Amino acid sequence: MSARDEILAAVRGAVATARRPVEVPPLDRPEREGDVDLFAARVADYRATVVRCPPEGVAAAIAAALPERATVVVPDGMPYAVPGAVPDAGLSSAELDATTAVVTTATVAIATTGTIVLSHGAGEGRRVLTLVPDVHVCVVRADQVVDDVPAAVRRLDPARPTTWISGPSATSDIELSRVEGVHGPRTLHVVLVGPADGTPPGAVS
Amino acid sequence: MSRTFVGMPPFPTAARAALADTQLRANLAHATTTIRAKRAAVVAELDDWEALRLRAAAIKDDVLLHLDEHLVRLEESLTARGAVVHWARTAEEASEVVAQVARAHGVDEVVKVKSMATQEVELNEHLAAQGISAWETDLAELIVQLGDDLPSHILVPAIHRNRAEIRAIFEREMARVGRPAPADLTDDPVRLAEAARLHLREKFLRAKVGVSGANFAVADSGTLVVVESEGNGRMCLTLPEVLVSVVGIEKVVPTWTELDVFLTLLPRSSTGERMNPYTSTWSGVTPGDGPQEVHVVLLDNGRTRALADEVGRQALRCIRCSACLNVCPVYERTGGHAYGSVYPGPIGAILNPLLKGVGHDEQTDSLPYASSLCGACFEACPVRIDIPSVLVDLRAQVVDAHRSGVPKPEALAMRAAAAAFGSGGRLAAAEQASGLAGRALDALSSLTRRGRRAGGRRLVGRLPGPGAAWTDARDLPVPPRESFRAWWKRTDGGTR
Repeated sequence: MSARDEILAAVRGAVATARRPVEVPPLDRPEREGDVDLFAARVADYRATVVRCPPEGVAAAIAAALPERATVVVPDGMPYAVPGAVPDAGLSSAELDATTAVVTTATVAIATTGTIVLSHGAGEGRRVLTLVPDVHVCVVRADQVVDDVPAAVRRLDPARPTTWISGPSATSDIELSRVEGVHGPRTLHVVLVGPADGTPPGAVS
Repeated sequence: MSRTFVGMPPFPTAARAALADTQLRANLAHATTTIRAKRAAVVAELDDWEALRLRAAAIKDDVLLHLDEHLVRLEESLTARGAVVHWARTAEEASEVVAQVARAHGVDEVVKVKSMATQEVELNEHLAAQGISAWETDLAELIVQLGDDLPSHILVPAIHRNRAEIRAIFEREMARVGRPAPADLTDDPVRLAEAARLHLREKFLRAKVGVSGANFAVADSGTLVVVESEGNGRMCLTLPEVLVSVVGIEKVVPTWTELDVFLTLLPRSSTGERMNPYTSTWSGVTPGDGPQEVHVVLLDNGRTRALADEVGRQALRCIRCSACLNVCPVYERTGGHAYGSVYPGPIGAILNPLLKGVGHDEQTDSLPYASSLCGACFEACPVRIDIPSVLVDLRAQVVDAHRSGVPKPEALAMRAAAAAFGSGGRLAAAEQASGLAGRALDALSSLTRRGRRAGGRRLVGRLPGPGAAWTDARDLPVPPRESFRAWWKRTDGGTR
């Protein structure tokens, strides 16, 4: 018997007399709007930088977030202007390692956890783009902010790879004290666009 | 890591050695106190925590009772997404699949994401025997691997090491296997993390084959999920051309939607964060993005044995958060090595006997007793595994497994007690004997004036022979001069 058949047979034998319908309680949470202020505060809790700006201020906010004379890569379909950016034409890992920063958009953002989620389509790029360069500037629109993790799960397509990012790379492996900056980008810069609520351009939360 | 847990002594022996290590106890007390406070704070932020636990437990129960159907579905979805699915009955079979993939690509090294399943099957040792180096890339795993040490915690395998020890290990060992530690390294955790970043980056950039586990496997979509902090996981999952993921068959969740509750529970329970820095999900091969050859090894290695255990089955709900370790008064004092397994703490005390079966070796049989049954683990568990009940059931199984052969002193004592309690006459005789002994001991201790007292009653000192093991940790009161039944008879129920 193949390993597959043997394992499946063992499973069937193990649960043969125990099978019963299990009632799975649904998630009983009211559907709430994502709180953009909370999102900004929670991202900042991870020692990431959050800058809020109106739609017309995005290019300036991106430029301000990038280190001086940085080499910057942008994925295909990036809707915002990025000064001096190199488009990703299948850069090798080594070439990316020599790149300082990457600018992307995101698919969804989570208020209660301060998380941004990329699903690596247009504007977000291959997974490796937001991994190897040391600075990640991520543009998030206020209308992309949902309330909690379950709401984000509902919005995402499992067929696409996704990367959930909560602050810069970190570890708690040394005496369980958190240190920011291990293998992923050590600087995470979130540019939060809108809403048109009169927030002055460039206001830092 | 070249050391394994093979040949570890039973828990009481190993625990005694661990308890004598004051540095270890200080490191553990500091770490577990920190993590408990962090967890409590982020759990308190959610007002429906119990509802989340109930949902998570029910999802897992449903999966486990229909695991065959979900596994077949998972295989279909993965295959449709371009992944190659392998099935492994044993640790050896799982390790051999990884070795075969590495050989097929002619590599002599692989980079690894921290994974309990690959530790359980001792993959690194298996690969090393074939001349393939497996580089651990999680910071704590790197510390353990470089220090030729053993993991002592599910989440933070080097929890038993403090910053000074870690610095010494890096300075001593990094140069042996790659880029040396910076000359001016200090014991500042920021500098230590930086040293790991530099040391591992060259390995990430050149690796052809990556090896991972998975926190969850979604049957419906063929999606694997890896939850991590440092970005080493993302490196291993996206940079290499080939990816092999070793996944326990109990990791299945039915659909993508069910991740809602698990991705809420896991980070809060494990690192005490609202969300871990990085979570990666992928479904087979994504053209032009990440590994273009993807293998998934579905691992049994005792899981179907655990699944057949009516009481213990619930242990397979475990999502490896390690909250039970951090709240356990036994773990906090002995540390993880005493459990003699990659799965230490309360969950290890049930998972190891369930996976391996009881009655075969002394070490495994000792684990269900490595608990005070205080219940803190059950309360902390995000998937509501009733660890104390499983421990008690496993103790019964251990006793049953030893019924034939030479009985232990404890069994003999129990048999004698059963005989005494079995007949009124024998009980009366036993009471009379005990009353005599009581009077004699009482007289002796008042004569010598050395008797200790507890609750107004004199105590027996250290018992001789096998009884000493009992009195070493407990107070034994001197037997009363008169039994209740004798008193009742003499005074007619207190009326005379």
